[in-house]
Amino acid sequence: MKRPEDFVSEKVHTMPFSGIRKFFDVANEMEDVISLGVGEPDFDTPWPIRERAIYTLEKGRTVYTSNAGLLELREEISKYMRRTVNVDYDPKTQVLVTVGGSEAVDVAMRTVVSPGDEVLVVEPSYVCYKPCVTLAGGTPIVVNTKAENDFRLVPEDILDKLTDKTKAIICCYPNNPTGAIMEYADWAKIVEVLKDRDILLISDEIYSELTYGDRKHVSPAQFSEMKDKTIVVNGFSKSFAMTGWRLGFALGDPEIIKEMTKVHQYVIMCAPTVSQRAAIEGLRVCDDDVQRMRKQYDMRRRVMRRGFLDMGLDCFDALGAFYLFPSIQSTGLRSEEFCQRLLMEERVAVVPGNALGDAGEGFIRCSYAYSIEDIKKALERIARFVKKLKTEKE
Amino acid sequence: MKKDILDILENDSRKTVEEIALMLGKTPEEVAAAIAEMEADNIICGYSTLINWENVKDDFVTAMIEVKVTPKRDMGFEHIARRIYGFNEVKNVYLMSGGYDLLVMMEGRNLKEISTFVSTKLSALDSVLSTATHFVLKRYKEHGVIFDKNSENDERMIVSP
Repeated sequence: MKRPEDFVSEKVHTMPFSGIRKFFDVANEMEDVISLGVGEPDFDTPWPIRERAIYTLEKGRTVYTSNAGLLELREEISKYMRRTVNVDYDPKTQVLVTVGGSEAVDVAMRTVVSPGDEVLVVEPSYVCYKPCVTLAGGTPIVVNTKAENDFRLVPEDILDKLTDKTKAIICCYPNNPTGAIMEYADWAKIVEVLKDRDILLISDEIYSELTYGDRKHVSPAQFSEMKDKTIVVNGFSKSFAMTGWRLGFALGDPEIIKEMTKVHQYVIMCAPTVSQRAAIEGLRVCDDDVQRMRKQYDMRRRVMRRGFLDMGLDCFDALGAFYLFPSIQSTGLRSEEFCQRLLMEERVAVVPGNALGDAGEGFIRCSYAYSIEDIKKALERIARFVKKLKTEKE
Repeated sequence: MKKDILDILENDSRKTVEEIALMLGKTPEEVAAAIAEMEADNIICGYSTLINWENVKDDFVTAMIEVKVTPKRDMGFEHIARRIYGFNEVKNVYLMSGGYDLLVMMEGRNLKEISTFVSTKLSALDSVLSTATHFVLKRYKEHGVIFDKNSENDERMIVSP
């Protein structure tokens, strides 16, 4: 007789839980923990969005929407893309509204990957890319970005990974966990490599609104050579502080979006209606709120980076998302040990860099989606810990 | 940079020059100079603390008084406004568009104190035609700060990808 677990497919059975989850289980049991471990905004969703959701519920407008999402929302998304990155997408054929950016990634993989295909996954990165490739029947090929390049993707990182089986490449900039961004010149070099190759680029731009200094987000879709070969994934979670609303979108060539909509239709039907209606309001009136949050993040980023530099940890000037990625190599500890001990000895939760890819070994991910007061408290504790490690070493 | 400094100070006037400089990626000298300049220009007029007095005093009322006045020749409303804001009890005075001219906000220990002020001081002024006094029953939000918070717990998981 088969045991229940024997029914689980080989593919799923051999898939590991994300490293972050292991860590979370420990941290969550403890009291008085200051966390810098969270990958979501600390701001409430702007009130006009919440108010629109309440109104939508009051009116009872809770039925399914069309598979691709409310046309009104797709139109707003199209306008949003024009005003933020100046790229045109036809709302009727080139926009698919999804359940968060995560679903967009999953559906993109299922739509383009055939058995045997290789997909380059640029790491360190959010945890879902490799599993999504595997579930879609493809083989994930990890591409490691390097600290010496401030974790930007450079042609040398990918050139020796390209084979005739390479179907696509997926990356996320501004990047979780490193905070790295790709500027125009950086993309130009990658575009040079990809433009004459039959490789699809899946560009996860969920942190697109969160770039700092005077940097503006650059999408590879801004390059005319790449636009048709790029699936842009974005959403409302980070920019509009709407994580729990589960709303994202995918943009791309009409033929690809049409096929993706097919998959989406069978597995999801449509993204949550209330979230969709609320998001329309967000795109119409909340640009100022987005900027207000961005400004706050930028200030916290500076405070946090100075803290790490002052305690003697290398920390490159990460200009995106809401993460800093300081190196802890000088302490002699590996990422996991550092994080475990920091949690046990000083009750600060940060994420080991290697939980988000081998390239993150020797680093920790610290989120600044916290108040400056919390950040300062956490920095004090981390500084005390780092000092202790130094005396241990001597 | 000035606007950013103001945003920070308006929210927390106890932030030091060093902290502000760090938050904005400027030098403390630049920030100090900008603040001094804004103080001189009467842009920064003071550094006050936001207090919910209702939680401190039992006897505390705030009134908003709508005042209709006749403007004085050559002086417009300035003259009468000056006569009113001179009183210590008066916290804010605004010239308004619409149904009345001046909005006067004042604080007192009880209703009696305020009504005495209105009848003996305010209404007695020559240019004042009429007044309408409204008492504040509850403060929900002031200066962008919500006083009525029921819970502020961070519901986020401690670690998430």
